[in-house]
Amino acid sequence: MTRLLLTVLLGWAVLTQAAAAQNGPLRIEITEGVIEPMPYAVPDFVPDTPAAADLSRELGRVIAADLSGTGLFREVPASAYISKIDNFDAPIQFADWKAVNAQALITGAVSVSGSRLTVRFRVWDVFSGAELGSGLQFSGTSEGWRRMAHKVADAVYSRITGEGGYFDSRVVFVSESGPKNDRKKRLAIMDYDGANVQYLTDSASIVLAPRFSPTGDRVLYTSFETGFPRIYVLDVGQVKRRVLETREGTMSFAPRFSPNGRTVVFSLEQGGNTDIYEMDIASGQQTRLTNAPSIETAPSYSPDGSQIVFESDRSGTQQLYIMPARGGEARRISFGQGRYGTPVWSPRGDMIAFTKQNQGRFHIGVMRTDGSEERLLTASFLDEGPTWAPNGRVIMFTRESKGAAGQATLYTVDITGRNLRPVRTPGGASDPSWSPLQN
Amino acid sequence: MKSLKFTMLACAVAAVAACSNAKNEGMYGDGSGGYGSGYGNGASGLPSDPHSAAYFQQAVGDRVLFAVDQQSLSDEARATLTAQADWLTKNPDFTAVIEGHADEQGTREYNLALGARRANAVREYLISRGVSGSRLKTVSYGKERPLEICSAESCYAKNRRAVTVLASGLTG
Repeated sequence: MTRLLLTVLLGWAVLTQAAAAQNGPLRIEITEGVIEPMPYAVPDFVPDTPAAADLSRELGRVIAADLSGTGLFREVPASAYISKIDNFDAPIQFADWKAVNAQALITGAVSVSGSRLTVRFRVWDVFSGAELGSGLQFSGTSEGWRRMAHKVADAVYSRITGEGGYFDSRVVFVSESGPKNDRKKRLAIMDYDGANVQYLTDSASIVLAPRFSPTGDRVLYTSFETGFPRIYVLDVGQVKRRVLETREGTMSFAPRFSPNGRTVVFSLEQGGNTDIYEMDIASGQQTRLTNAPSIETAPSYSPDGSQIVFESDRSGTQQLYIMPARGGEARRISFGQGRYGTPVWSPRGDMIAFTKQNQGRFHIGVMRTDGSEERLLTASFLDEGPTWAPNGRVIMFTRESKGAAGQATLYTVDITGRNLRPVRTPGGASDPSWSPLQN
Repeated sequence: MKSLKFTMLACAVAAVAACSNAKNEGMYGDGSGGYGSGYGNGASGLPSDPHSAAYFQQAVGDRVLFAVDQQSLSDEARATLTAQADWLTKNPDFTAVIEGHADEQGTREYNLALGARRANAVREYLISRGVSGSRLKTVSYGKERPLEICSAESCYAKNRRAVTVLASGLTG
């Protein structure tokens, strides 16, 4: 069977086509930030029932936005099409799709019965005329149609790149409004692409840095609602929250879940000194993990839960360190020029994303867990707070613009540094945390 | 055609959670929750009354400034804090929350920790000048509440501050 395989690795993407005899080997190479995206067509899905007419168009638009948004694919516009797909099971006229230079073709059919929506789709390798993988069918409520489109796009992405997808995911973030010196902040959650925004708190008090649980059902965040920073855990489905108790007179912030979801690692400040602690969520039992007069904060677990990466200014400036999850000797991993903060372990376990400050500029970067292969992906007046897509290939972060009218915006960028783009949100947005793929 | 079915769980609709207002009763701030009170407005009483919070804010001076990424107190800061300590000693009915702040040139978490260092440096100094520690709380706002909003050192210098915000204590 013909198989398109697009591998994205360390700035290189290689497209191979096993049975490309008629055209020679099909190949995309990404070097130094240059990539030729793979052209694909996603004609409107075929409505199997009259009620599906609108959704059959909308589904295709969301799928196209997902795929083209990666920067790895380019949609062939419908105006170029020579043939139509009006029967999902009829043979494809591959010559017509070759003629418009579509290398991949996504066909689908939609039926609506009551509130039930069913989507069938297939992915075709146009040049070999073979199906890529097998056709799939997803069913759900009409209300969840966008999720179904993301599921289709994830399947297409996965089959063509050989990587896991990330479109059927959500982002929890801080929604911002108002001037810089009186900014209103509230927790919000949305689909990864900015759709379906819902607010989780009001804006009566400052909220900071929400973090998803490993299953995406809970969120940790810091709120000033008592007048002092405290960590809260919020049940996303029920919008119920409770404070994680810490001693009076201390500040607690920068929380993250452990991979098993039972423990929180966070910063606790007392007497002006900030160290890292862990807390068992059920019992409230706290264990101190660092004990130094310097600032230790922004801890993040490795995916296997055995180690914690964090930032400390024990050397005199902010740098990144890794220590065992139970505390103990830490080894420094950042050695470049400037200051390093907000490290986040990738879901694949192979990289650390971070914020870097150097010579008045801020960068989002990635490095291997031993500190090697540091790569800066962005540069601006103020970039910070990276979070990983579920497949570990894309990073979302906060970019704040300069000056009195400065506003925070969410951006995404590939780990190769390509495809920097803003995420559309209502008003300002900061401190994103990307969920795992939904079930 | 191979078929794979799954059920889409209805995404739970998140209602807006009711949050209690952070405003602290009895705080003589500027009415915006106590943080970053602006120069010369808001504190209660008349500035001409030497026992008023307004006098403390305007005549004694309620804030000290810091160098970039530092929490050490300058000579000027020590003079202000010495006057603060004298005033607090003469006006024992007041307690205070010392708010530490940072400029925007730093990451969020680090700036929270840095603001706490600054607030604590002020608290330690006031204690060294005879003010009881039980009257002094600290909090850090990190870079969340700048006073000046330009992105230049002229603004940053005013934002790297610790503000002693009075609250009613025994008579509150």
